[in-house]
Amino acid sequence: MKNNSLGRAFLLLVIAGAIGYGIGLGIDFSIRGELKLSASVPSAFALLFSFTAFFFGLYGYRGITRGLVFQVVGTVIGAALVTGIRALMGLESIGAFLFTEPAWVFGALVGVISFFFGVGVMTDWVKWARGIDTPDHHEDEPGWQKYFGVSLDHKVIGIQYTVTALFLLAVGGTFALIFRTELAASGLDFLTLDLDVFNQNGPQLYNTLMSLHGMIMIVSILLGISGIMNYVVPLLVGAHDMAFPRMNAFAYWVAVPASVLLLLALILGGFDTGWTGYPPLSSRAPLGVQMFFLGVFTAGWSSILGALNVIATVVRMRARGMTAMRMPILVWASVATSIIALTATQLIGLSFQLVMFQRLFGMGFFDPGKGGNPVLFQHLFWFYSHPAVYVFVLPGLGVISELLPVFVRKPLFGYRWVAMSSLGIALVGFVVWAHHMFTSGMNEYLRVPFMYSTMLVAVPTGVKFFSWVATMWGGKIETPTPMLFVLGSIVVFLLGGVTGPPNAMVALDLHLHDTYWVVGHFHDTIFGGFVFPFFAAIYYWFPKATGRKMNEFWGKVHFWLMTPSFFALTLGMMFIGLRGMRRRIVDYDPALGFDGAHLFLTVCAFLIAISILIFFINFFRSIKHGEPATGNTWNSRSPEWQVPSPMPAHNYEVPFEVVGEPYDYGLPGSKFVEFAAKTAGKH
Amino acid sequence: MRHFIVVGILTIIASVLLYLGLSAAHLMPVAASAQAVPIDWMWNLILIVMSFFFSLIVVPMGYSLIVFRRRRGETGEGAHFEGNTTLELFWTAIPLLIVVSFSVLGARNLAQTLARNPQAPVIKVTGLQWSWRFEYPADPETGLVVVSDQLHIPVGEQVLLRMTSSDVIHSFWVPEFRVKQDLVPGRFTELTITPTEVGSYKVRCAELCGTSHYSMEKPVVIQSQADYEAWMAGELEKAKLASSSPEGFGQLLVQQNGCAACHSITGGTLVGPTWLGLYGSQVELSDGSAVTADDAFIAESISNPQAKIVKGFESVQMVQYAFTPDELSAIVAYIKTIK
Ligand code: HEM
Ligand SMILES: [Cu+2]
Ligand SMILES: [Cu+2]
Repeated sequence: MKNNSLGRAFLLLVIAGAIGYGIGLGIDFSIRGELKLSASVPSAFALLFSFTAFFFGLYGYRGITRGLVFQVVGTVIGAALVTGIRALMGLESIGAFLFTEPAWVFGALVGVISFFFGVGVMTDWVKWARGIDTPDHHEDEPGWQKYFGVSLDHKVIGIQYTVTALFLLAVGGTFALIFRTELAASGLDFLTLDLDVFNQNGPQLYNTLMSLHGMIMIVSILLGISGIMNYVVPLLVGAHDMAFPRMNAFAYWVAVPASVLLLLALILGGFDTGWTGYPPLSSRAPLGVQMFFLGVFTAGWSSILGALNVIATVVRMRARGMTAMRMPILVWASVATSIIALTATQLIGLSFQLVMFQRLFGMGFFDPGKGGNPVLFQHLFWFYSHPAVYVFVLPGLGVISELLPVFVRKPLFGYRWVAMSSLGIALVGFVVWAHHMFTSGMNEYLRVPFMYSTMLVAVPTGVKFFSWVATMWGGKIETPTPMLFVLGSIVVFLLGGVTGPPNAMVALDLHLHDTYWVVGHFHDTIFGGFVFPFFAAIYYWFPKATGRKMNEFWGKVHFWLMTPSFFALTLGMMFIGLRGMRRRIVDYDPALGFDGAHLFLTVCAFLIAISILIFFINFFRSIKHGEPATGNTWNSRSPEWQVPSPMPAHNYEVPFEVVGEPYDYGLPGSKFVEFAAKTAGKH
Repeated sequence: MRHFIVVGILTIIASVLLYLGLSAAHLMPVAASAQAVPIDWMWNLILIVMSFFFSLIVVPMGYSLIVFRRRRGETGEGAHFEGNTTLELFWTAIPLLIVVSFSVLGARNLAQTLARNPQAPVIKVTGLQWSWRFEYPADPETGLVVVSDQLHIPVGEQVLLRMTSSDVIHSFWVPEFRVKQDLVPGRFTELTITPTEVGSYKVRCAELCGTSHYSMEKPVVIQSQADYEAWMAGELEKAKLASSSPEGFGQLLVQQNGCAACHSITGGTLVGPTWLGLYGSQVELSDGSAVTADDAFIAESISNPQAKIVKGFESVQMVQYAFTPDELSAIVAYIKTIK
């Protein structure tokens, strides 16, 4: 059944894409008066039509399909409304991208809200508002179809998050491959000045792809950690679901229209600001920057609401006997992450919103000509975006601490210290933001306190490393694929960790800032703290979700191809960065002699891409064809592995009680949890 | 106990080898300023610490993976120990001590790179999309001011760069000088440099500033006092000559303001339209109409570039320049000569 609908979906994708393109071309022609194949409007139509048709073919007119239709229609209605008002007021009503900028922004906003109604996440709330009762649980359809509509089950939502994150990882990765190819040799090779795609020349397209690569990857991370936390946290604490299942579904579905907006940013003129969107550059950038701001703003809601849910679940819904100091480490890490996400995300939303208003209403928040201050933006922005990097990595570090004892067959060394170090990192993370601004023109000596606070983060981070090493010491270490990725995480994150303090030393950072050194450094922290642990988590919990294991052989191929290529990639980046390679450039001075190095880096990037392709194939094949694994696959003490896989719809049929320490491997006769007798009644 | 001794020795060996390898690799470019000295000193210190901590984690991990691996057919669990508070305190306190000492050193280090001689001559630097403009101190005799898109400094002389931007944020960076400072519109930022090595370098804009950020590079020439004076005399001569003919003055303004970053005079299309044969030609605009490129059109295109957009250049926003009417007509006069 699935193959059939998948074939149909792809067919519809192509047909609808062509139709949309044709309509767009017609509209564009009527405005422009000439045929331009690489213009923005046809591709924007093609993108929206083909996406929608794909899901229609797969799933019919409901759930996500209906949401996308609503989004498209809502966008057009909203934009038409503003266009009409502008026409009445005698203002310009047709812009370079069919609608004017205010019309696009308002339309996009209406489109996002329409999506929620279309997909159906609002249904229960609307009913409640009208005084109609709804059942507590909605039974999901069996099989794969439940993933395309609104489900309230945290496990379904967790998988929705994970798959969306993987999709965005692929999109962002493709962008990276495109611009890495351009960088392989000096000179403008195919992103040339006379290129004209989506109203952008080559360097402009490079800037757009580079900026979107950054932000799409960041959104991918935020969805990825939500995937892990949603799937695993309720299972680890013994809850039957998240505390607020409807809000949980809402938080996921927010991310879908947000991703559509981010992709639209590429087509609607792009933007050249990097993911940081500093004004005045962003206040002059093309229309794409507004779609980018709105997309990020929307995605931020997902983070905030998701975080609220995790905290409420952990505080209120733990199994009997699970005191704070007996919670699995991943639960601690999720709480620490959620505290940051809940309290800091607003700042990036706010800073982007202020620039949106500056563009739309002429408010001069960051415009020196109107008494505004461009450096203020950087403070607002980094007040979120530094803590955000800990949002990215803390769950991953939690995964490392969670899985290491299982494969080392030994208790986690210094449980309390590891748990508290997550909180320590989270708290110190709030007072280091200005280390991104050492060259910004902020007060010269104010930089010194930020150097102290930044260096301080190294201490709790160090505690984690030492604890991991001590955990491995004297164990009986096994190395199946998930453990390989755990080990990879530690070493890669270590490389990111030791290359951090140089950036904190103010004077040294004056050299390092905005170079490929920094690009190498943060790819290490992100891969070590998120990408590797994310893969580890997928290989590890895959049997729990599907009842089958992913193929070990191809898992190992994935690991052994990706890890060395990745080391070479980032070490190479750091090397050329030290020697003068600036960040965010489409071309470099051949006199610097970097051609060979860049070619090498491009090859590494393609090797990584191939390894990730192998992962994707393994992932989708194993859902049906993987080796059955319904028991305690990894011989873990954790509660979710004490019941058969795949996990039943409402989790544990009988509640469990915590009777011991989570990681007492090697202590004869000890147990972490004990299930009540079958007759003890249900929740 | 034997394990600990072996690992300890291996860790020390690995740290030393790693450090020696890294410092032999000469990772930093040539140091050509006095400011580079404390920065490179700090880099070297950091390399030692980096090598040590990297080895301190990786070596015991690798050792464990080999020695404590589960062997074929082996059953049972690992040794059961849950932690050790003394050890935890130890590896919290020692790193704490290290990072605090580093911060103290770092503050001193920063002060060294900022150290400034209050008598140092001031060069005004303006960043613009996508060029650099350097304004030198006025000539004491004639009062003439040399403006160039190149930075020339006599070797060994400290100068203070007083910098601002006319559009978006840029960043001044010469890798061989190490230090970097953003140029922010609406305010002045300062950077002290003391070049110590004669040579030609480049200032490379380090803050993303739009389409041609990648090519925002201009020569920086460090020369002996005599060479510098000769260059300065030549520039003064040019300035004097330029002020005698409008075309010459226009050409000088064009050079100083970096127009060539976007406009060629040889017919090739860069970010903006070429100037070759522009004057008097018919220009097609983005709204489909056409105008003749006369004095008024060219002057308007410079002082209010968004008023009429040339077809094919809709995606680029040229900066708005605030030239005086005299300067404008000089530039137009110069453009007339490009045939
Ligand atoms: C094959 C894998 C990847 C390659 C080859 C790659 C390559 C690059 C390169 C070359 C840049 C610098 C672009 C420039 O400064 O011009 C960059 C920027 C960036 N990358 Fe990646 N990347 C990869 C994967 C990832 C992943 C997985 C993430 C996050 C999860 C990520 C996050 C970022 C971010 C945040 C930026 C900064 C964008 C900006 O400067 O605004 N990258 N990447
Ligand atoms: Cu930071
Ligand atoms: Cu720049």
